[in-house]
Amino acid sequence: MIIYLLCLVLFLCGVYCVLRKRNIIKIIIGIIISEYAVHLFLILLAYRLGGRSPIFSPDREITNMVDPLPHALVLTAIVIGLASTALLVGIAMRIYEKYGTFDITRIRELKR
Amino acid sequence: MVNSSIIPLFVAVPLGGAFLNSLLGRNRKKVTDIIGVSTAFILSVLSFVALRLYNTHGVLVYNVGGWKPPIGIGMVLDGLTAFMLVTVNVVAFCIAVYSVNYMEKFTSKWKFYTLFFLMLGGMNGVIITGDIFNLFVFLEIAAVASYALVAFGTERHELEAAFKYAVMGTLGSLFILLGIAFLYGYTSTLNMADMGNILAQSGSANIVLMVIVLFLMGFGLKAALVPFHAWLPDAHPSAPAPISAMLSGVLIKSLGIYAICRIFYNVIGFNQEISAILMFFGALSMIVGGLLALGQWDFKRLLAYSSISQIGYIVLALGLGTPLGIIGGLFHLFNHSIFKSLLFLNAGAVEYATGTRDLKEMGGLASKMPFTGTTGFLGSMSIAGIPPFSGFWSKLIIIIALVQAGKVGYAFWAVIISVLTLAMYIKVIRYAFLGKLKEKWRGVEEVPLFMKLSMGALALACVAGGALLLPGVYEAFLQNAEGLLTNGTKYATVVLEAIK
Repeated sequence: MIIYLLCLVLFLCGVYCVLRKRNIIKIIIGIIISEYAVHLFLILLAYRLGGRSPIFSPDREITNMVDPLPHALVLTAIVIGLASTALLVGIAMRIYEKYGTFDITRIRELKR
Repeated sequence: MVNSSIIPLFVAVPLGGAFLNSLLGRNRKKVTDIIGVSTAFILSVLSFVALRLYNTHGVLVYNVGGWKPPIGIGMVLDGLTAFMLVTVNVVAFCIAVYSVNYMEKFTSKWKFYTLFFLMLGGMNGVIITGDIFNLFVFLEIAAVASYALVAFGTERHELEAAFKYAVMGTLGSLFILLGIAFLYGYTSTLNMADMGNILAQSGSANIVLMVIVLFLMGFGLKAALVPFHAWLPDAHPSAPAPISAMLSGVLIKSLGIYAICRIFYNVIGFNQEISAILMFFGALSMIVGGLLALGQWDFKRLLAYSSISQIGYIVLALGLGTPLGIIGGLFHLFNHSIFKSLLFLNAGAVEYATGTRDLKEMGGLASKMPFTGTTGFLGSMSIAGIPPFSGFWSKLIIIIALVQAGKVGYAFWAVIISVLTLAMYIKVIRYAFLGKLKEKWRGVEEVPLFMKLSMGALALACVAGGALLLPGVYEAFLQNAEGLLTNGTKYATVVLEAIK
């Protein structure tokens, strides 16, 4: 149980970072942290106590194995996360070129 | 089996178009144009073929890689899917034609078309997939492509808007992924039909409530419902005009509203609580979006706020849950994607000719740009709900449905906001197209041929949109989609039947 709570805390750390930090790079890091927390949660869902890897072998019977599906999902989610992080960092670099700062309180030219 | 092999083409064709474009279209603008327009044309023809197939054969399921659902991934063609495919691909075709001229002023057109088709492929994927994790993957493809497209101009404002949009969009996607993880943990399946079956048998549980909240945050952010709307008025005006039209016209609908409908109606199962929540958020976005739009002087920003308001109408009607309400919501969804993309294309045409988006600086442009002026007038009257244009019929149905269900308060607000919408579009017409021509716009010329063609086609659809209610067309197009949503979790039985 405690491990799920720690996972939630990790997620909230990331969200806090996105909401409260003023530096663009720190916001991106916040997103990455909460992303990893969600991935970790998926892996925790798959875990079975004392389970073995789900590989079929004819000579022995498998009784207790971890669920392989969430692992596949996490691999996909990591690739998606990579794409969006790369794009975010690219935009952050361009913003630095144009504005000369990473501080979001000084990057607010759009009307609200 | 032969029939269902059309389904994966909706993902394969745009991805192929994007690939060919980046391979052959580099620095060859003619090739890029030809590939872009022909890919979009093939897709819109295919969507009508799919609609016809559904009407003759019923629900079709394609098994990806030959693995049978619920183990493998299934792609499902049903009434709602066929309806959404036609809406998305027809609008995308008009916008692709428009981009031929409009995107000339940007340096790398092939990059634009590549990203455009990635986004279109993602949207089509969201619509046709029958697997909830697959839905997430396609949603992210469309979303990441749209972040890049908002930043396409790479100027100060574009980058700022794109960053804001990307941060909020990524967080929204994380909530969706978390919701999917909870659902998988509870039902041990990812197939939406199978999941619906299991959830219907197990009854209500607290975890389902948690999932509903997570999905409301995630998909509500994609659909720009009011507490989650902050990114839209920045992101939509900053993108190039064809992309604004694409984002406001179809992206928020296929990623947000379609996914909300599919999951809340067909997987989790519709009930009074969900209905109350959706109607509240719908009415809130309708009112707040409408009030904020009224005070805007930036042409595209006004349109973006108006999008929030119209999305509110759609969610309000769909949240009502009665058959008439669903018909009204879907009909308004179709109409809104037509006239909002038309209006964004008009704003783009004005920007193309004059270089400004500020309504105060315009004036009298109708005399110099008669075609843009006329189509803009038709679009505005349609969105404001003036009979006999298409927007009138859908708003009428929504209001009648609200009154019939006894929700007179919501109906009252719907009428008030409709009047406000009329006011804000009269403002647009008055300041942009009518009035005295300013001295500096003497040399303004009408936009090139392809832009006129696509605006003309969309304006025609605005005028003739009411024809969708005629018998024959109505049954084939709207009623099928409505039937699927009213059936609720019976969707599961239908899909599992079609797999066999």
